[in-house]
Amino acid sequence: MKSEIRDVDDVRIIELSGKITIGSGDVKLRELVDTALEDGKNKLLIDLAGVTAIDSSGIGEMVACYTTVTKRGGQLKLLRLSPKINDILHVTQLITVFDVLDTVQEGLAAFK
Amino acid sequence: MPATEPLEAHLVLSSRYENIEIAERALVDLCEFAGFSGDDSYWLVTALREAAANAIRHGNRQDPERSVVIDYRIQDLEVTIRVEDEGEGFDLDSVPDPTDPGYLLRPSGRGIFYMRQFMSRVEFSRAPTGGTVVEMARRLEPEIRSQ
Repeated sequence: MKSEIRDVDDVRIIELSGKITIGSGDVKLRELVDTALEDGKNKLLIDLAGVTAIDSSGIGEMVACYTTVTKRGGQLKLLRLSPKINDILHVTQLITVFDVLDTVQEGLAAFK
Repeated sequence: MPATEPLEAHLVLSSRYENIEIAERALVDLCEFAGFSGDDSYWLVTALREAAANAIRHGNRQDPERSVVIDYRIQDLEVTIRVEDEGEGFDLDSVPDPTDPGYLLRPSGRGIFYMRQFMSRVEFSRAPTGGTVVEMARRLEPEIRSQ
């Protein structure tokens, strides 16, 4: 999995690409979120446009990150799901947990 | 439709997560050879990765000395995948439904759910050695098979 980070005002946008899977992508995701919180960023927009696959460990880490950020008074939202990632969030019913936005502009506005 | 010769493959992998990529590659190659679409193989791969990850993590406890054995079979429109580990087995009834509201925010416990969602049939049994065997199959509809 590859990642790019940029901050827009007080929102950290984490762009992910590749696979979020056991043993690599899931660990990296946790590190990226931990780093954001250490940097004082607790409004996180996870851009999944480039993500090709997410296994149950990746989904689990996403849930764990969501819980961690929420407990610290922050917000974690998802951006630009591919159709397959969208399907997975629906079958796991996690679509009811995450706030999902279609564009960066919508994502940023959702934190206002 | 006349029966066709099956496509089969047999892999023995040490219990390392990176070896899941090898298992995936083998399945993708078999699916391409059989003429299945990328969409078909995507969900098969998703289920395979869960079975392999469970075998490595929960079955073999990531002990690289223990093997994960994977058998693939594609015949006509049915894909069958069998994954066996060298662990101590587990109680299937103890695995909760991850979509139950009480478990929705748990970070783990979705692997078997994934398999059941993306395959037509998923069966668990004990290997003669005591490990877990998961055999799963998906029958593809003729109209969604690529030409």
